[in-house]
Amino acid sequence: MTDIAIHVDKLSKKYKLGAMYERQDTLRDFLTSMVRSPFQKRPVSDNQILWALKDISFDIERGSVIGIVGRNGAGKSTLLKVLSRVTDPTSGIGEIRGRVGSLLEVGTGFHPELTGRENIYLNGAILGMKRTEIEKKFDEIVDFSEVAKFIDTPVKRYSSGMYLRLAFAVAAHLEPDILVVDEVLAVGDAEFQRKCLGKMSDVAEQGRTVLFVSHNMSAILRLTTETLVMEKGRIVKRAPSNEAVDFYLSSGFVETGERIWDVDEIPENAAPFSPKALRIINEQGLVVNTIRSTEEMTIEFEYQLDASVTGLRVGFYLMSARGEFIFTTFDTDEPQMYDRFSVREPGLYYSRCKIPADTFNEGRFVVGINASTYRIRRYFQDERAITFNIDPAGAPGMQWPEQRLGPTRPRLNWEIEKK
Amino acid sequence: MTTNHNQIPITYLRPAKGLATLNLKDLWDYRELIYFLTWRDLKVRYKQTVLGFSWVILQPVINMVVFTVLFGQLLKVPTDGIPYPIFSFAALLPWLYFAGSLTRSSTTLVGSANLISKVFFPRMAIPIAGVLSGIVDFVVSLIVLVGMMLFYKIIPTWNLLMLPIFLFLAMLTALGFGLWLSALNVRFRDINHLVPFIIEIWKYATPVIYGATLIPERFRFLLGLNPMTGVVEGFRWAILGSKYVENFDPGPLFIVSITITLVILISGVIFFRNTERTFADII
Repeated sequence: MTDIAIHVDKLSKKYKLGAMYERQDTLRDFLTSMVRSPFQKRPVSDNQILWALKDISFDIERGSVIGIVGRNGAGKSTLLKVLSRVTDPTSGIGEIRGRVGSLLEVGTGFHPELTGRENIYLNGAILGMKRTEIEKKFDEIVDFSEVAKFIDTPVKRYSSGMYLRLAFAVAAHLEPDILVVDEVLAVGDAEFQRKCLGKMSDVAEQGRTVLFVSHNMSAILRLTTETLVMEKGRIVKRAPSNEAVDFYLSSGFVETGERIWDVDEIPENAAPFSPKALRIINEQGLVVNTIRSTEEMTIEFEYQLDASVTGLRVGFYLMSARGEFIFTTFDTDEPQMYDRFSVREPGLYYSRCKIPADTFNEGRFVVGINASTYRIRRYFQDERAITFNIDPAGAPGMQWPEQRLGPTRPRLNWEIEKK
Repeated sequence: MTTNHNQIPITYLRPAKGLATLNLKDLWDYRELIYFLTWRDLKVRYKQTVLGFSWVILQPVINMVVFTVLFGQLLKVPTDGIPYPIFSFAALLPWLYFAGSLTRSSTTLVGSANLISKVFFPRMAIPIAGVLSGIVDFVVSLIVLVGMMLFYKIIPTWNLLMLPIFLFLAMLTALGFGLWLSALNVRFRDINHLVPFIIEIWKYATPVIYGATLIPERFRFLLGLNPMTGVVEGFRWAILGSKYVENFDPGPLFIVSITITLVILISGVIFFRNTERTFADII
C-alpha cells in the first residue's frame, strides 16, 4: 500500500466577488436589506461568483516534493489555504495525514516592537511549535538567520534582509510532516534564495512532503519531481516537473503581444494601483508577439492610479523562458525622471520602455512587472505578465546556423589588428 | 516498512455546514499560543512609553481622583459611610480590568487579519489572550488597593478570599461579550466604533461611581441583569467587608449575574465557533 499524505476529492472554493472587492458589509447595509426583504435570501448573480477552486482531486504520496505553478489568480494560494485549514472548502473533501506547516509570506506574525528573540518564540508558537521545540531549535534558528548580534534588538530596527532571514529561519525549522511553501522566494537576494532552497531540499530529503508554489521555474525544476499546473481554479496538468513546466510555459499565454488585466485578476491590496494592459510594440508601432532582433522594441505598460502615490516606480523584469533574470529596469531609474515623477497624481498612465535593437538572443522571453515604492510598499507584481519571441534574422553571426549560448546577443565592435 | 500510522494526526477538510462541534480540545492543544499571545500583548502595551508599567497604576488612580472630586466631594454620592476614594477604587479595579479586556478581545481579532488569512490556529486564542493579559495589570494595581486599605485602616475579612472568584466572573463576562463582538467585528467593522460607546454606557449602568444601594430596593434585581453589577458589588463586599453590607445582601444579585454571564459566554463560544470558519474569507 502506498503511503498517501494528502488526498483531496472534488475540492471547490467559491468566493463572492462583492465581498472581496468592496466592503459593503456594514451593519447598516445588512439591516436595511433585512428590513426590505427579511425572508428572502439575497440572490447573488452568477457573474459575482468566482470559483477559486473547482473540482480539484489528487493524491500526494508521502515524501514527494510537488510544485504548483499557474498564473496569478489561478487558485494556487487558495489551494494552499484550504490544505492548511486557513479556510474551508465550499464543497468536496480532503484528508491530510500529518502536521501541516506553512512557510508564509515572510514576517507574518512578527511584531515590530518585539526583539528578534521574542519574535522567534511568538512566531514559532503561531506556526504551531511547542515551546520546548523552539527552545531546542533556538540556536539553530539564530545561526541560520545570521542575526545573532541583533537578537535582542526590536525587529523594527532590522534591515529588510535581516528581517527576512529571521522569519525564514523560524519557519524553516519547524518540522512538519507536510510543508507548504507559498512564493517565499520572490524576495531576498540571490545568496538568501540559495540558502532557502538548500534548506527546503534538506526538508525533502528527510522524507517530508513539500508543496511548493512559485513563479520561479528554475526553482521548481531544481526542487520538485512533479508539478501541478493550475488554471482558473482547475488542475490542467500533472506531470514530471520538466514536462509540466514546458506545458505551462507554452500554454496559457495570449499570443497577441498584449496582456489585459481583468478586474478579478487584480489583487485587492494593489489599490490605488490597477494594471490595465501590457503591450509589446515593434518599430512600426504594431502590437506583436514576435520581435526581430534587429529592430528596436517598446514595452508599454498601461495602468490607473486612483490616488496620488509618492515615489512610485514601475518597472520590468526581463527573464528567459526558464526564469533566469536578464535585467531589471524601472521608469524612474534616471535621476531627472525620478525628480519629475516624485509624485504621481491620480489618472491613467503609460510607462514605456524602449529596448534597443540587437539586445536579445533568439528565443522566448518573459516580462515581469513590478510597481512599488522603494522599501515601503509593493503595489503590484506579476513575474510572468507576458512573453514574446525574438526572431534572430539579421542578428550578428547568423552566417553560422549554430545555437548561440546566452540570453543576449549584442552587436559589438570588434577590431582585428595584424601586426 | 512499518510506520506507526497511529501517531500521525489525520485532518479532514470539509465544507463548513451546519453547527460546528465546539472542539475545545483544539484550544487546549494551542494553549502555548494563548500564552505567547498574552505575553506579546503585555510586552507591547507599554513599549516606547516614558512611564512604562507605571501606567498600570496611574490609570485607576487618576480615575479615582477624578471621581472622588466630582462624585464624592461635589455631588456627594452616598456610600454608606465608606470613604469615597476607597469606595470607588474597589469598584474601579474590576471595572477597568473588564473594560480593557472587552476592548482588547473585541478588536484584536480584526487587528490580526494578516495572521488569520494566512495561518491556521484556533481563532479563539486571540480574544482569550485579550482577557488574560489584563490580569497582570490588575494584580499590579492591587498594590495601590493594599496601600489604601492601610491608609483607611480597613481590616481585611475572610470575604477577601472571594476576590479571585469575582475577578473570574469579570473575566468570563468580558470573554463572553468579547467573543460575540469580535466575531461580529470581522464582518461588521461598525463594532470597532461601537465598543467605546458600549463601554461608556455600561460604566454608568454599573454601580462604579455610585453604590447599588442608591437604587430603590424593588428595582435592584434589574441591576443583576448586568453581570458587572455582581462583580463590582462583589468586590466592594470582599474588600470593605461587613462594613459595607449592612442593609444589602449581594447574594441573589450575584446568582443572577452568574447565570447571565454563563448564557452569554456559552452562546458566544457557539457563535464564534460557527463563524470562525469564514473569518479568513471575509476579514
